[in-house]
Amino acid sequence: MSAETGAIRRRFEASLADLDVPVTSTTPAAFESTLETIASDPTVGTTLPFEGVSLPEWVDDEPTPATLERATTSVTAASLGIADYGSVVLPSTPDGSEQVSLFPDLHVPVLREADLVADMPTAIERLGPHLRDGESAIVATGPSATADMGALVKGAHGPKDVHVLVLESEGDDE
Amino acid sequence: MSGNAREQKADHIRHLLETEGDAVEANTLGFNDGRYESVADLEDYEGLKSEARAIKEDAIERLPALIDELTETVEANGGTVYIADDAADANRYIREVASEKEAERLVKSKSMTSEELEVNEALEADGVDVVETDLGEWVLQVADEAPSHIVAPAIHKSREEIARLFNEQFDPDEPLETAEELTMFARDRLGELIREADVGMTGANFITADSGSLMLVTSEGNARKSAVVPDTHVAVAGVEKIVPSVEDLAPFIELIGRSGTGQDITSYISLLTPPVDSPVVDIDDPDVAFADRDDDRDFHLVLIDNGRMAMREDDQLKETLYCIRCSACANTCGNFQSVGGHAFGGETYTGGIATGWEAGVHGQDSAAEFNDLCTGCSRCVEACPVEIDIPWINTVVRDRINRDGDAGRFEFVYDELVPDEEATGSIGLQKRLFGNYETLAKLGSATAPLSNWTAGLEPVRSLLERTAGIDRRRALPAFERETLVDWFEARGPRVSAADAEREAVLYPDTYTNYIDVDRGKAAVRVLEAMDVHVRIPAVSESGRAPLSQGMIATADAKASRVYAALAEHLDAGRDIVVIEPSDLAMFHREYEKLLPEASFERLRAGSYEVIEYVYGCLENGANGARLRTGDGGPAIAYHSHCQQRTMGVDRYTRAVFEALNYDVLESDVECCGMAGSFGYKQEYYELSMDVGDRLAEQFSAPEAKNRLVVASGTSCEDQLEDLLERDASHPVEVLDPRSRLR
Ligand code: SF4
Repeated sequence: MSAETGAIRRRFEASLADLDVPVTSTTPAAFESTLETIASDPTVGTTLPFEGVSLPEWVDDEPTPATLERATTSVTAASLGIADYGSVVLPSTPDGSEQVSLFPDLHVPVLREADLVADMPTAIERLGPHLRDGESAIVATGPSATADMGALVKGAHGPKDVHVLVLESEGDDE
Repeated sequence: MSGNAREQKADHIRHLLETEGDAVEANTLGFNDGRYESVADLEDYEGLKSEARAIKEDAIERLPALIDELTETVEANGGTVYIADDAADANRYIREVASEKEAERLVKSKSMTSEELEVNEALEADGVDVVETDLGEWVLQVADEAPSHIVAPAIHKSREEIARLFNEQFDPDEPLETAEELTMFARDRLGELIREADVGMTGANFITADSGSLMLVTSEGNARKSAVVPDTHVAVAGVEKIVPSVEDLAPFIELIGRSGTGQDITSYISLLTPPVDSPVVDIDDPDVAFADRDDDRDFHLVLIDNGRMAMREDDQLKETLYCIRCSACANTCGNFQSVGGHAFGGETYTGGIATGWEAGVHGQDSAAEFNDLCTGCSRCVEACPVEIDIPWINTVVRDRINRDGDAGRFEFVYDELVPDEEATGSIGLQKRLFGNYETLAKLGSATAPLSNWTAGLEPVRSLLERTAGIDRRRALPAFERETLVDWFEARGPRVSAADAEREAVLYPDTYTNYIDVDRGKAAVRVLEAMDVHVRIPAVSESGRAPLSQGMIATADAKASRVYAALAEHLDAGRDIVVIEPSDLAMFHREYEKLLPEASFERLRAGSYEVIEYVYGCLENGANGARLRTGDGGPAIAYHSHCQQRTMGVDRYTRAVFEALNYDVLESDVECCGMAGSFGYKQEYYELSMDVGDRLAEQFSAPEAKNRLVVASGTSCEDQLEDLLERDASHPVEVLDPRSRLR
C-alpha cells in the first residue's frame, strides 16, 4: 500500500466514523466469513464485479419484488469510495442494485480499496464517462435519514444502517 | 399602505410569531449554525463558491444552446423532452402522460418547481391520486398547508403538532408520539402507496446537457424510489437547472447541503440518466427476478420556462436564475428566523431570493406581498453559494413596485417637504419619510429642541402612526441643535496637517451629524490621538435611506453628490473614515451599481470603517496608550453590525479591543432586527422586537448583564436600548480618551 493510499484510506474511515457508519476490511478469501458476521437473514444481493469474490450461497442473488420485500440485509457493489465524505458510489444495474441497496434495513456496500479516491471532483471526473454512456449512480453517504418529524431519524425510506466492507487485495494485509 | 392594511399585516405577523415562530426559529437557527460549521471544513470555500458562480453564469449565458443539446441527448437516450411555456402548458402535457398511462396514482418526490405549476391540483382534477412522498411534504399534504421553507417544507410544524395530525387523520392502533414512531408510520404507509404507483414524478436540482443526467439531492430515499419503482418517470425542472457537463456538478455537490441544512453532504446524491437501467419493481409480478425482466421504461423531461427566459433578458432579475435553491438566504435571515415562509414568501417561493423568483414567474404583485421583509442587512450575501446579491434584487423589485403602485393618498402634501428624485409612480408616505430622512433630520435639527418636544407629544405620535405608520411604541431619535459639522467648524482640528501622520475626512453620516453628535466628537478625539489631521466637510447622505425604501433614482443622485464632495479629498490622498457601517456598505457594495466603475473603486479603496482605521494606525506605530484601554475601561458586551460583518471589517473592532486589553463578550446573532427604518414601521414593530429578542437574550445572560453594551450600528444601538433599557454606545466612544463609560 502506498503512503498516499494509506492516507486516503484513513481519511475515508475517519469520515465514516463521523457518520457513525461502521467499516470492516476483508480479503476475497475471507469475504464470506466477514459478511456472515455483519449480515442478518434473509440477505439479498446483486453481482459483485470483483475478481475472486462472489456472493455466498446463503445470499439470494436473484431477488424478486417479493424476496426484496422480506430481506433485512442487502449486499451490492460500490464502484468508488470518496474519502473526504465517507461516501460510496453505487452504480445502478439491470439486475436491480438500485432497489436492492435501498429497501432492506441494512445495506452492505462492498468497495475495493483500490477504488478509493480522495475527493468529490475526482469521483465526479471518474463518473463522467459512465453517465455519458447512459449509466446511473447514487453517491450514498450514510443511511437514509429525515428530520421532518421533529428530530433526526435514520431509515426514512431507505436503509436504517449502512456497514461498509472494504476489500483489500490478497497478500496486502499489513 | 393604508393604516388598515398595516394593522392587518401586523396581525398576520403576530399570529405567525405565536403559532409557527418557535418551530421555525429552532430549525432555521440549527441549519444556519450547521452551515457555519460545515463550510469551515472546506479548504477553499470562497474558491468553490466562485467556481459554482462561474458555471451558472456560463450556463445561463448559453442557455438556448444547452436546451438544444440536452434535448438531443435525452432523446438519444430514449427519453422525451417537452419545453413548456408556462404552468398551464406543462400541466396539460403531464396530464396527457398520466392519461395515456391510465395512471391511477402518481408518487412525487419534493419539487418546488412542481409547486410553482400546481400540478397536483391539475392531476387531481383528472382523478389521479397524487401522493407526496417526502415526509415533510406529505405532512403538509395531509394537513392541507403550504410549504414554509424551500428545502424543509414543514419546519413550521412541531413534532407534537404532527403527532396530533396523524393521530386524528389515521387513527392508528397505538397513538403516535416520538419522531421515530411518526417516521416509521409514514415510511410504511408511503411504502405501500409507492409500490402501487403508476407514475413517479421528481424535480431535478441540476441537469447535465452532455449526458442527460438528473442530479437529485435528498436524504430520505423517496426520490430514489419514486424514480425507479414505477415504469414511467416524469421530471419537471426549470430551464435554469441545466449545466453543461457532469464534471460541473462537483462544486454544487460540495456546496448545496452545507449551505442549506448545514450537512456536509446529504445521504443521497442521485445521478440518474433516464430512462434508467434499473428494473421496475412490479408487485403484479412479485416472483419474477429483477435480472429476468426486460422493462421498457418511459421518461419525460418537462422543462419549464414560465417567465425564466424573460428573466434571462432582464439585467436585474437574471442573477436569480443562478439560484440553486439551497435555502441559505432564508436560514441566515433574522426576519425569516422569526416568522418563516408563510409571511416571508409569495405564491410558491420563500426567503430572500423569493422576491426574484416570484417577480419572475408569478409577477410583481406576488413579490410585493413580502418584499419589505428584506431589510437589506446583507447577511445572506456571504452565505449564498453562487454569490447572488440578494438584497439588491429585493431593492430593484421594491423600486419597480414603488413605480407601478397606486397613487398614495398623502403623497402630494409631502412632496414639497420631502422632495426626491423618483419621477413617477407612487411611494407611500412612510417610504418617502424614511427615504428622505436627511431632509427630515435637517429640519428637526434646525428646530430642535422644539422638534423633539413636539415629536414626543401623544397627538403627534398618533398622527405619525395613522398617516405614516410609524409605531408609537418606538422612541423617536432626538435631534441636536448643533450638528457635528458645525461643532467641528467652530472647534477646528487639533492636529495640524503639517504634524499629522495622516489626513482623514470623517464622513458626517446623517445620524452622527444630527442626532448622535457625541459619537462624532469621540471619533474626532480618537483620530487625533492617533495623530491624524481631521476634516469634516458637509457631505450628502449616502443614499442608504432612500435605497432601503427602494428609491433607487434618489439613491443614485445622492451617490453622485457624495462622490463629487469626496473626490477632491481622495485626490489629495486623504482617507475617508466612516462611523456608520450601513453607509460604509453603500461605499463598498451598492455604489458599484450606482457609480461609474472607476469612481466606485476609488472610493472603496480609500474608505474605512472608523475602528478599522484605528487598527491601521495602531499597526503603523500609533500609540494605543493614548486611547482609553481595557485597564480601567469597562467590560463589554459587543454586537457587531450585519453589514459590517458582511464586509468582513468587524474583525478590526475585535482586534483593537483585544490589543487594548478589553474584556469582550460578543453576540453571534445575524441582525439586531431594527435595520434602519424597519423597526419603526407599525406593521413590523413586533417582528423587529422578536428578532431583537435573540440578541437581548444573549446580553441579559448572567455573564453579559453587567457589561457595557456596545454596538457598531446606529440601529443596533437604538434597538438594544429599547430591548434592554440600558445605554448602548459605539466602540469609538469606548476608546475616546475622555470616555467615562462604565
Ligand atoms: S439565492 Fe443563493 S442562498 Fe438563496 S436559495 Fe438561492 S442559492 Fe441559496
